Amino acid sequence: MSVIIVLIFASLSIALFFLGAFIWNIRKGQYDDHTGASLRILFDDNKENEVSNH
Amino acid sequence: MKEPKTPAAVCCYHCGQDCGDHPLHVHEKDFCCQGCIAVYEILNQSGMCDYYTLTHTPGTSQKIKVRPDKFRFLDEAGIHDSLISYCDNTQTHITFYLPQIHCSSCLWLLENLHRLNGHILSSRVNFSRKEVSVVFTHDQVSLRGVAELLTSIGYEPYISLQQLSKRKRFFDRSKVFKLGVAGFCFANIMLFSFPEYLGIDANEQNLVGVFRHLNFALSLPVLLFSASEFYISAWKSLKHGVLNIDAPIVLATLVTVGRSVYEMATGTGGGYFDSMTGIIFFMLIGRILQQRTYEQLDFERDYTSYFPVAVTRIADHTEQIITLPDIRLNDTLLLHSQELIPADGILTKGRAVIDYSFVTGESVPVVKEMGEIVYAGGKQLEANIELLVIKEVNQSYLTRLWNNHRSAEKNMQRSFVNLLSRYFTLILFFIAALAVTYWSVHDAARIWNVLTAILIVACPCALLLSNTFTNGNILRILGNNGFYLKNAQVIEDIAQTDHIVFDKTGTLTISRQPDIEYEGKPLIPSVRYRVASLASQSIHPVSRSIAAWIGGEGRMAVQAYKEIPGKGIEGFVGNDLVSLGSAGFVHAEPVSDPAKSAVFLSIEGQLWGVFHLKNRYRDHIPDLLQTLKGKYGITILSGDNAAERPYLQKMLGQETEMLFNQGPEQKMNYIRALQQQGKKVMMVGDGLNDAGALQQADAGIAVSDSHNNFTPASDGIIQAEQLPLMNRFIRLCHANRKVVLIAFVVSILYNIVGLFFAVQGALSPMIAAILMPASSLSILLISFGTSNLIAAKWKLVRNTKN
Repeated sequence: MSVIIVLIFASLSIALFFLGAFIWNIRKGQYDDHTGASLRILFDDNKENEVSNH
Repeated sequence: MKEPKTPAAVCCYHCGQDCGDHPLHVHEKDFCCQGCIAVYEILNQSGMCDYYTLTHTPGTSQKIKVRPDKFRFLDEAGIHDSLISYCDNTQTHITFYLPQIHCSSCLWLLENLHRLNGHILSSRVNFSRKEVSVVFTHDQVSLRGVAELLTSIGYEPYISLQQLSKRKRFFDRSKVFKLGVAGFCFANIMLFSFPEYLGIDANEQNLVGVFRHLNFALSLPVLLFSASEFYISAWKSLKHGVLNIDAPIVLATLVTVGRSVYEMATGTGGGYFDSMTGIIFFMLIGRILQQRTYEQLDFERDYTSYFPVAVTRIADHTEQIITLPDIRLNDTLLLHSQELIPADGILTKGRAVIDYSFVTGESVPVVKEMGEIVYAGGKQLEANIELLVIKEVNQSYLTRLWNNHRSAEKNMQRSFVNLLSRYFTLILFFIAALAVTYWSVHDAARIWNVLTAILIVACPCALLLSNTFTNGNILRILGNNGFYLKNAQVIEDIAQTDHIVFDKTGTLTISRQPDIEYEGKPLIPSVRYRVASLASQSIHPVSRSIAAWIGGEGRMAVQAYKEIPGKGIEGFVGNDLVSLGSAGFVHAEPVSDPAKSAVFLSIEGQLWGVFHLKNRYRDHIPDLLQTLKGKYGITILSGDNAAERPYLQKMLGQETEMLFNQGPEQKMNYIRALQQQGKKVMMVGDGLNDAGALQQADAGIAVSDSHNNFTPASDGIIQAEQLPLMNRFIRLCHANRKVVLIAFVVSILYNIVGLFFAVQGALSPMIAAILMPASSLSILLISFGTSNLIAAKWKLVRNTKN
């Protein structure tokens, strides 16, 4: 029985972790520009490794 | 109509425009102008020609040269400091708005600025807002240097007066946080509620207590954080003495929580935490859907987003740069070519050829001579001019008009949903009173129980859900079709419209080249060359249009050229006296057509023919007006002369009102007069001179041409090519209320089932837990399904553009 309570708290804390990740994502503005990200991913990194400055 | 000159046109490698007859060749590539070559060479030298391989002809035309010291004002400390977003000992951060951003090449180039200039540390593009944020070391490169670098590669930053005031637009993220928290808590509470619903083993009763306390703990963030905006809105409306839809929702939420806490504390039940958090979760989704914003559009635009930051003032024969708010009466301003006139003034030097297309929608520039008054808002097209300020910026004709009507705030609480929720709540209070009286006679112990159950069910959240989801979906459908509304309230405003007022120039007509029709003796090549050579001598807009219409080949020398303002031009071309001008000027009989824009051509004193300049109407506009005519009152308001009246009368019939030569103030007063007759008015316009009317109207819709990013403040923005669909858009807005009502009726059925149990005092958490999500989901399906069906019926299905 008590193992269930341990499991519940474990699952709750994992869920809390994801909630935190979600809030962090939004704060960082990762959902602010959908179009830009979808274009950026298609660029080839060029030889001088110059492109990825972020 | 002007035909393309050569069938296989040579396209510019940079901007993709037709290079004309004489393309320029560099590196075996064709270019249309020196500007495009200049950009290409810069990129070529830095080995950045990937720009041209990512997208075909990614550039924008560089034909209009940017004045070399245009960005000198960025060196002024005051302006510099108010524009930058962050600055420390070494670095400066700045965000520029670059309207040219449109493809992946733009993105790639702008994020590789550091390869062009090593002192730029990083640059990041926000594609949907067309902005680039640049970080640079300010010891090595100045802000002006960065702006000039961007200009040199064809991305001239647009710096407007608005940026000085630091009014930042940003998406309100707090709702998303609230939604995230509510979703998290709701899902976990659901999980912890299952054991109790499914019947937990009797010897594990202590687990039940744990679950109940966990549920309570998880419901607190929802209650205190996620639902906070409902409390605020309800409190605000109560303070104003109105009962909006949020008030009964808050009441129901608080009663639910109170009763759940009581049940938990006394150990009599699990409470309704799951239903409470669930409903708040769904309501937040609805609100977010409804408040969807369009990043690239700004509905609150005023003149400051159009006016530049700074201007050159001449004082004691020296030029100094001042910001617009510092312009004083009797200052002398120097305006360079392509600069905007910031304040009303008298022209004291030079000759003004002013493009007022943003103000009036009229594309043909206006010529002003020395001593004449020029109004703010126009753009000088020719050489430098000087003007003496007679009105300060915020006192100028157009800006004052704007300021006057900004206060006319529209009431946001007038939605029919609030009215409906009031009746709904009243009826439920009545039922509650009946139930309480009944139970006080039969079993007084159950009064409390029954009352709270009814109040919980009384929550008009179903109405709120159906409303927000339907609104959200209709906004989305309209947006996919190029019609963007400021908020959900505008849907209702459009649906209530019974009178539509159209601006003519720029709204119904295309604000580019006018249509030219020629009638008379045939324009054989030798005559054509002569006319074109003569017409191209003049900078008068009409001459220019004619010259452009005829085409550029075979230019000849013109002798004894003479221009008589307001009359016409003449000169000897190839030994023939050619005259172009008004009927009186060429001694011809005036034609019966009242259109003033007829230009007569005579050669050696003999009348040869007549050019008719006509407004070109957008495609399908006659069809649209025909359809709308039967259902709504229609008025055409135009700032132009009445030349087009016969054509429009023929199209709309004699009874339709048409007013010409209307100033901005008159347009607005006309709309006010209509409203005083009890009409609901929709105004469709495009220029700044419609700004007052757009504000005054119940629904003001601004028409936006793709090449013009700037629209006056309005309730909605429609892409010009979608204007013919207006009739269908209005019908979709009409459907909005029906869909909301259908979804609401269905949810009332759920409520009746709930009430049936509640009045008997038998609403178990189990039934509540099933009814609440079931009703929410069916509302969601009905509102999405029905509004999509209606959109499909009107052929407004998803447009692949966005």
